[in-house]
Amino acid sequence: MEKKKKSLGSIFLDGIINQNPAFRLLLGNCPSLAITTLAKNGVGMGLAATFVLVGSNLFISLLRKIIPEKVRIPCFIVVIASFTTIVEMIMAAFLPELDKELGIYIPLIVVNCIIFARAEMFAQKNPPVESFMDGIGMGTGFMIAITIIGSVRELLGSGTWMGIPVTVNLFEPATFFILPPGGFLVMGLLIALFNKVFKVKDPRTIEDKEVGCCAVGCQGCANAANGGETV
Amino acid sequence: MDKGEYVLDNLINVSSSPHIRSGVTTRRLMLDVIIALIPASAAGIYFFGLRAALLIAVTVASCVLFEYLTRKALKRSNTIGDLSAVVTGLLLALNLPPELPLWMAIIGSFFAIVIVKQLFGGIGQNFLNPALAARAFLVISYGTRMTTWTQPSTYAAADAVSFATPLGALKEGGQLPDLIDMFIGNIGGSTGETSALALIIGGIYLLARGVITWHIPVVYIGTAGLFAWILGRDGLLTGNPLFHVLAGGLMIGAIFMATDYTTSPMTVKGMVIYAAGCGILTILFRMYTNMPEGVSYAILLMNVAVPIIDRFTKPGRFGGAANV
Repeated sequence: MEKKKKSLGSIFLDGIINQNPAFRLLLGNCPSLAITTLAKNGVGMGLAATFVLVGSNLFISLLRKIIPEKVRIPCFIVVIASFTTIVEMIMAAFLPELDKELGIYIPLIVVNCIIFARAEMFAQKNPPVESFMDGIGMGTGFMIAITIIGSVRELLGSGTWMGIPVTVNLFEPATFFILPPGGFLVMGLLIALFNKVFKVKDPRTIEDKEVGCCAVGCQGCANAANGGETV
Repeated sequence: MDKGEYVLDNLINVSSSPHIRSGVTTRRLMLDVIIALIPASAAGIYFFGLRAALLIAVTVASCVLFEYLTRKALKRSNTIGDLSAVVTGLLLALNLPPELPLWMAIIGSFFAIVIVKQLFGGIGQNFLNPALAARAFLVISYGTRMTTWTQPSTYAAADAVSFATPLGALKEGGQLPDLIDMFIGNIGGSTGETSALALIIGGIYLLARGVITWHIPVVYIGTAGLFAWILGRDGLLTGNPLFHVLAGGLMIGAIFMATDYTTSPMTVKGMVIYAAGCGILTILFRMYTNMPEGVSYAILLMNVAVPIIDRFTKPGRFGGAANV
């Protein structure tokens, strides 16, 4: 895939808009649905994932010439798991409350599709600086996306935003939105809105094979079969 | 196929089926459903007072308004003329407790029309029954309000705050009502679900007009009755099928909700499988979950299964292999 070399700025912006992991690539759906009952969980999860993503992208890129092709996945896992462990320990030490809220989803960053996808599709083919930037862009895009999902769900489902009461005293909030079906509904509606606002073309007509393909994880594979579109 | 649609008027082209047209329009079908729902609505107003009438008026008006506004916002043709929004609003009101705060009912209308119906493409495209999906949404969101029942105004005591439905009484162990009262509708429950008599009158009208066939209601009610008898509380084959058939939303569900064209199978074989599934699930939900009633979830679950049912009950082509 010989393409014109992309500038660092456009790599960063790709992660936020064109290839937004949650809204466009539909990767990492598990955390985007499970922990987004509160906006602050979205920020916390986004920061944790960004840290792991940047670290793993950078190191995998640095090691890309010495990682043997056939055992690359185990190598990626070792790198990613190291960073996830660091995040897990830092969170448990300094943000015990958030750590409790996010629970199992912090260790599960190890198998987060976004991080694998970026290692597989970007970091192992690109130099460290670009990979670093890609990690920041993707991580920021993911954080923005899940914070928006969390904000909508918290506002409608609890009547608060970031823990501050907004509409809770005006009317009874709809519990539906902080339960799983609300997560799917809000995410679907936001994807539709995102596509509308950024005038995204029908994914079936886009030839770019880079979109919606993931080394591990069921969501990635299921989506890849549909050209990066949800079923 | 994807070369564009052929229009029947253009006789030079060969058009896709159907070639035979009847004069039945969506508007006429929906009008028939509305007429069939009049007895149940009247029974609801009779038993629960003018508040029920207000609830019906609010949901119908808000459904039509949301339908109009969404179609406008999405730059699509205006479809309020086909009366399907009126039917959705009416069914929604009949599935809500009579004393539900009106703003909650309006949120229900929004969910039914905007989210479930229009965002999936409007009439004929929704994968769930809009009124039932809205009911489920409201039950999940406002559980207490949605299960606060009022007693029928025919009772002597005035303005009792809460009142158990027959199924609630069964679950919690209370005084079970008389079967005659349950048949007429003199029991607690959603606005339009209590009177089996009124619902059956509506059902007979729909059958006579050819709007629905007998398969779904009869198989649904029959299966539910059978399983209610088999899985009785005091051991196998001890249940009271008549109680379960008359209680809760089974009648309105079987006659008006499960028979929705868009969300029920197309073939007779499919309809039987679908209705039997609804019946079994209803009784399983009533017997073995902590919810007293299971009709709405049973129908919604089977709604989701309809594409699969349709796929496996597709009739063989004429002239094709005998066994497909």
